[in-house]
Amino acid sequence: MGSHGIRDRVAIVGMGCTRFAEHWDKGVDELLLDATGEAFAAAGVTKDDVDAYWLGTAQSGMSGMVLAKPLQLEGKPVTRVENMCATGSEALRQASYAVASGAYDVAMAVGVEKVKDSGYQGLNAFPIPTDGTNRTLTAAAMFSMVAPAYAQRYGVDRGELRRVLARIASKNHHNGARNERAQFRREMSVDQICAMPSVAGDLSVFDCAGVADGAAAAVVVRAEDAHRYTDSPLYVKALSFVAGNGSGLTDPAYDYTTFPEIAACAADAYAQAGVTDPRAEIAMAEVHDCFTPTELVLMEDLQFCERGTAWKEILAGTFDLDGDLPVNPDGGLKSFGHPVGASGLRMMFEAWLQLRGEAPEERRIRTVGDRTLALTHNLGGYPGEMVSFVSIIGTQPSA
Amino acid sequence: MASRGILSYGAHLPYRRLDRSEIRAVAGTGGGKGTRTVAGYDEDATTMGVAAARTALAAAPDGLVLRSLWFSTVAPPYLDKTNATAVHAALRLPADAPAYDVNGAVRSAAGALWAGVATGKPALVIGSDLRTGRPGSPDEATGGDAAAALVVGTADDGPLLAEVIGTGGATEEFLDRWRTPGDTGSKLWEERFGENRYVALGIAAWEDALKAAGLTADQVDRVVIATSHARAAASLGKKLALGDRLQAGLDATVGFAGAAQPGLLLAHALDQAAPGQVVALVVLADGADVVLFRTTEALAAARPSPSVADQVAAGAPIAYGKYLAWRGYLPVEPPRRPEPARPSASAAGRSTGWKFGFVGSQDTEGEVHLPPAPADDAPRPMADAAGTIVTSTIDRLAYSPSPPVVFAVVDFDGGGRLPVELTDVDADDVVIGGRVEMTFRKLFTADGIHNYFWKARPIRTGPAATGEGS
Repeated sequence: MGSHGIRDRVAIVGMGCTRFAEHWDKGVDELLLDATGEAFAAAGVTKDDVDAYWLGTAQSGMSGMVLAKPLQLEGKPVTRVENMCATGSEALRQASYAVASGAYDVAMAVGVEKVKDSGYQGLNAFPIPTDGTNRTLTAAAMFSMVAPAYAQRYGVDRGELRRVLARIASKNHHNGARNERAQFRREMSVDQICAMPSVAGDLSVFDCAGVADGAAAAVVVRAEDAHRYTDSPLYVKALSFVAGNGSGLTDPAYDYTTFPEIAACAADAYAQAGVTDPRAEIAMAEVHDCFTPTELVLMEDLQFCERGTAWKEILAGTFDLDGDLPVNPDGGLKSFGHPVGASGLRMMFEAWLQLRGEAPEERRIRTVGDRTLALTHNLGGYPGEMVSFVSIIGTQPSA
Repeated sequence: MASRGILSYGAHLPYRRLDRSEIRAVAGTGGGKGTRTVAGYDEDATTMGVAAARTALAAAPDGLVLRSLWFSTVAPPYLDKTNATAVHAALRLPADAPAYDVNGAVRSAAGALWAGVATGKPALVIGSDLRTGRPGSPDEATGGDAAAALVVGTADDGPLLAEVIGTGGATEEFLDRWRTPGDTGSKLWEERFGENRYVALGIAAWEDALKAAGLTADQVDRVVIATSHARAAASLGKKLALGDRLQAGLDATVGFAGAAQPGLLLAHALDQAAPGQVVALVVLADGADVVLFRTTEALAAARPSPSVADQVAAGAPIAYGKYLAWRGYLPVEPPRRPEPARPSASAAGRSTGWKFGFVGSQDTEGEVHLPPAPADDAPRPMADAAGTIVTSTIDRLAYSPSPPVVFAVVDFDGGGRLPVELTDVDADDVVIGGRVEMTFRKLFTADGIHNYFWKARPIRTGPAATGEGS
């Protein structure tokens, strides 16, 4: 028994990512064609060269035919996967394992979500028949409970914490303003964000991820084949996943200041990758900033800083674009919006650009060079009941 | 044959109060002095009936097993489907105890009481009503929302608090008030006609009841008259020379509570009556019913909490506009979120213990799970557990029939945690550490299906409010 991972056995050799936006003129088919086309081109392959596909979509379609039809695939296996808001990451995880197993030489992970056809703002889950007793609170309200709990546990003044959360949003907007693929490209000051009316707990709409349509794709191959496709592949160091059992909702010991599923997932990922000092070894992280309090707690659950100190590190600029450990250099969910199936692969796309030196100058991080690793973190669910994904990828195979 | 009567009783008054003086400013007519009770947007006759019954059952003799349930309302949440079954499920009554609706008119409540007593076995009799009328109408201003529950049975079932010592009734077809199914308000015939008929019928029923009890009129200590026809009640009181034996009603604070009114007034009378007193319940509704009770020594020790007076004192105001919206007279813009899906009948059918009874589970180490965990063997009834707010939030985005949603994580005394919606609360009033109790409510209605479940609400009185009861 053991979680061994597939360190350095698989590499990403091509990626694509659409702009994330309210794509009123594009449906699922067009978004899939755009993202996969860019990924095929980056890897120098055709759709026929790819042996198997994994399609991540939470609720934009059923079955692998959602991808097979627009791409007109001939006789290819396509698996549709869903794992809440970590769906895109799950597609990459399955494609990577398929290649690592030796079953396929070349696989593609694709994530897509067409959110803006619902007629409602926000994300709205597909209604599964129930007894009617399930909670109907929005994710914003569920995550809003983290802020007062964190303030109370660590003795942070609620007003000061309000500015910490605004600082997170402001940082991500700053980064997104430098990204042509982001939905929102306007900088927002801390004061502007603090002045917004609250919609859930103390959170305003500027503490919430945007809502957008989008797609992203990655081509994965065996590590030993990687240089046949690109000079600068990204090696998969760790792919970790934890599905929570919901005990946080019912356990009186849970205090809403941490996400145990994520802490466990991160520890497993670091073990798989052989990372012992994440703060010093990782060049950048893309994390699931669905709401500002989420990113706050993630900094501690991902071991980027000690418990109870993330708020200070955030104010000190540690996670800024030019900080010690840049977090969400692409602008995060905050600037991109959250097409559920695509977000995990969008995060990976930023690692793809940054680690390979392809990010545009205005948002290029300075930590790459000495450090060769990036981390992506993707979650689905709520405090107390969530799924968590953590990947670590790097430019160098292990010695 | 053992004597029959009341084993316990309880009432429920909803939390909100409409100041009648607000009505005229908006409707241009109607209104009046004082307040009326207003059921929450998440309350209906079923949920209020459950609340009253829980108060009554908490005061019932230990070990009492109910053998039937009689539920009466003029505002049934469902037609064609029995409403009493949801009450039965919420109270976790035995499956072999039948539950019947006795619905449609105020007099049905008197019939339900008669039927429950007639079984000669422990029976739960509930009257519950929401009284509505077109904006500005007399029914709107004089009506009130409430529920009352009486546990009836024989002296063999436990100590009677009040023994039935005589009954009388008079029936006659005449038109006083009426409503076509589907209409939102009733229509009234000229008041004097009904007054004339009710006084005659009331006197006949009164005399029959006295005769059956072997009493004279001056031996009756306290009289309550339940009727929508205030003028008839006043006239009958004069004709019978009741004087101050006619108990002041709850018109100034609650209003006329329809099918709940007989039980509510009787509960209010029993809250105040001394042992050995004769109390008369008179119902004037499409005829007249009189029931004479004699209170017993057991009454003083078995009064329910909260009392009617406690609940009258505990209300908080509601604006007339919100009242109109809650009752559907003012269709306001709904939240721009998808309306919730209807609950699944079969999924709910597998989950009646949790959904209706608020029964969790307990593992072998005594840890409580809400909702119940499939691996646990032992059910853990939680409806009567009080809890403490650990953290809370206000959701201005989520769908609700009356936004915003006020929500809290609640830790229950004795174990168990549930993130749950709060009700009967103003958003700004919620504090960490606040004490809450559970209440059976209607979360929403979708495809005509009322989605019943439990919410938490602040405990406003008693030892549990501070955690001393834990």
